[in-house]
Amino acid sequence: MTLLEAVDIHKNFDNHKALSGVSIKLNEGEVFGLLGPNGAGKTTLIRIITGITKPDEGKILFSGKEFKQDYIKKIGYLPEERGLYKKMKVGEQSIYFARLKGMSKNDAKIKLKYWFDKFDILMWWDKKVEELSKGMQQKVQFITTVLHEPEILIFDEPFSGFDPVNQNLIKKEILELKNKGASIIFSTHNMASVEQICDRAALINKSEKILDGTISEIKKQYKTEIYEIVFEGNFNKFGASLNAYYDILEITSKLGKTYVKVRLKNGAISSRLITDMLKYGKIISFNELIPSMDDIFIKLVENKPERATNE
Amino acid sequence: MNKISIIIQREYLSKVKKKSFLVMTLIAPVLMAALIIAPVLLTNYNDQEEKKIAVFDNSGSFKETIKNSDRFKFEFIKNDEIKSYKENLSKLPFDILLQIPKNPENKQIVMFSEKQPSVNVKLYISSVLEKELNSRRLKALGISDQMLGEATKSISLKTVKITETGKEETGSSELSLAVGFVLAIIIYMFIFIYGAQVMRSVIEEKTSRIVEIIVSSVKPFELMSGKIIGIALVALTQFALWGILTGIIIGIFFVGFDFDPASAMQTGQTSEIMLEQGFHGNTLVNSPAGDMLQAVFNMNWLSLIGSFIFFFIFGYLLYASLFASIGSAVDNETDSQQFTLPVTIPLILAFVAAQTIVEQPDGQIAFWFSIIPFTSPIIMPVRVALEAVSVWEMILSGILLIFAVIGTIGLAGKIYRTGILMYGKKVNYKEILKWVRIKG
Repeated sequence: MTLLEAVDIHKNFDNHKALSGVSIKLNEGEVFGLLGPNGAGKTTLIRIITGITKPDEGKILFSGKEFKQDYIKKIGYLPEERGLYKKMKVGEQSIYFARLKGMSKNDAKIKLKYWFDKFDILMWWDKKVEELSKGMQQKVQFITTVLHEPEILIFDEPFSGFDPVNQNLIKKEILELKNKGASIIFSTHNMASVEQICDRAALINKSEKILDGTISEIKKQYKTEIYEIVFEGNFNKFGASLNAYYDILEITSKLGKTYVKVRLKNGAISSRLITDMLKYGKIISFNELIPSMDDIFIKLVENKPERATNE
Repeated sequence: MNKISIIIQREYLSKVKKKSFLVMTLIAPVLMAALIIAPVLLTNYNDQEEKKIAVFDNSGSFKETIKNSDRFKFEFIKNDEIKSYKENLSKLPFDILLQIPKNPENKQIVMFSEKQPSVNVKLYISSVLEKELNSRRLKALGISDQMLGEATKSISLKTVKITETGKEETGSSELSLAVGFVLAIIIYMFIFIYGAQVMRSVIEEKTSRIVEIIVSSVKPFELMSGKIIGIALVALTQFALWGILTGIIIGIFFVGFDFDPASAMQTGQTSEIMLEQGFHGNTLVNSPAGDMLQAVFNMNWLSLIGSFIFFFIFGYLLYASLFASIGSAVDNETDSQQFTLPVTIPLILAFVAAQTIVEQPDGQIAFWFSIIPFTSPIIMPVRVALEAVSVWEMILSGILLIFAVIGTIGLAGKIYRTGILMYGKKVNYKEILKWVRIKG
């Protein structure tokens, strides 16, 4: 079921287009990756979804109904540009943010203690923010985002500023929130995490959406039909006989084994390749080279000519 | 509304808990009380220190006229001893040696002392000598002391106001002037100090990137209003504390030291002024303390305090919202200067104008400055204190100010909304105008 929908969003800043006709959908209970290079318009789209900025054209629908200020409560938003009051105490400040989201003071306190304990920062409760390391501040910000248990969570670059250990912690928490039923929009440059966390993703480049779908769909769409094979036998014979269906990209021989990369062509399928090869020897391993999201990202973004954008 | 009150609370508490607030709140009343107490103390205690003066009168004509006073004891010494007196001054029981030449009309009178004599001492001695010399000159022209006394008798002017009901009231234009001017200074200072605080607070939130977290829960306009109101409450708190603490310190002082301020000031000032008056012994001052007290009671405090609070609050709102929008447009405080200047110009202009307006509270300048919203918060209370303003002027000025505040807050809200999320861009007026035009 579609929980949140951005329909045909246009937004112009005085001399450049930030978004032109972008639509995305967030289904209930899924993690949706919003990808794109710097300045593509991701943050603008998120700001429109959260009601911070208004679109020039287009609308935001929550369960099919148009955006109202009340919906703000249902969203937890962790902006990319985020900070805390340096002179304020950590606990006090977290309660402040929670109350702005409509929680009562007591409620906020109880839930905060739970999260602070979970993240192992309870002893920092009465410290001023300026005494905290950046990673700890990020933890506090993460907590204040998810504290009021919103239906929709939006994370803009949640991993920036975290060390690998804490990145994993956050990743784990995001998945746990998903399991508890939250729907999550997740914007990042970190493609490895997209593959691990996201169910679906969209790629925005230069104000336009150029890709949208489930992760496996996207990967299928961009698969290269290249296989990596370790082979024992008379490879040269095989190569000479069947080059109408296969391009051989790379051959190396080591200790009697041949390592090859083969691309299928003219509608050949992988099972045919296997049977063809078995006539000439033994297959030790056979892998399809699946493009990583990273590869797809770079390929798509670099295909288009660069244009100066600024936010 | 609930969210605004949460923002107000935070803004208020975080400012009030600051050390600088505490320090300012405690130091200022001490300074203010000192300003009031010190002159009273000085005029009183200085008088009691006795000075002995040795006079070497070569002209021989001052013996009759120079007389001892409470503070100054004169002793006439033989003229030729001056040299040994000068050499041994430190051992002698005299503080000052006064050498009067044979013909004081064209030769200098000289005062010798170990330490530089105080201005009061110098003033007293020169006035005594001058008085004598003047009367001698006048006598030479054929005018007797008596004739002179008749001619220079000064009058004491008492101002009596007739109220609308025909009652007579003793007023004091000096008092109104002082009150009016003090009010102008207070409003000017508070708008400046707390307006700038609003701006700094906005810049802090912007540069530390807190703002985006907050505007994902509240509207930017709510954040701005909460901030402005919160800081206004801080200003009012500080103001009230200053008033109360100053009162307490002065109260403790006068009660604790069994000090009658009215009489102290009266005697102190009268004698001082008598000295400065020089040769004719008549004094100008003679509105007795009773009249002054009467004038204090007769001032129209109700309308004065009412208009002060009104113009104070709305004047603050007007300027604070402008300061907030400036804060939102810039990335740091240094960049803010090009925008704060045009905002502060009317404020400074009004303050400068206030100094002429106290002299001419019903002139053209006074009228226009008290009607135009950007200057009226400072000028109108001055005119009210001087009772030089009619009811329709006050109403007109008030309505215009309210409209100006509504307009300015609307405008500031639009600039703020766009500005706080705009980073790393050098902003100019053209850019800001564009933000104002953005719909929604």
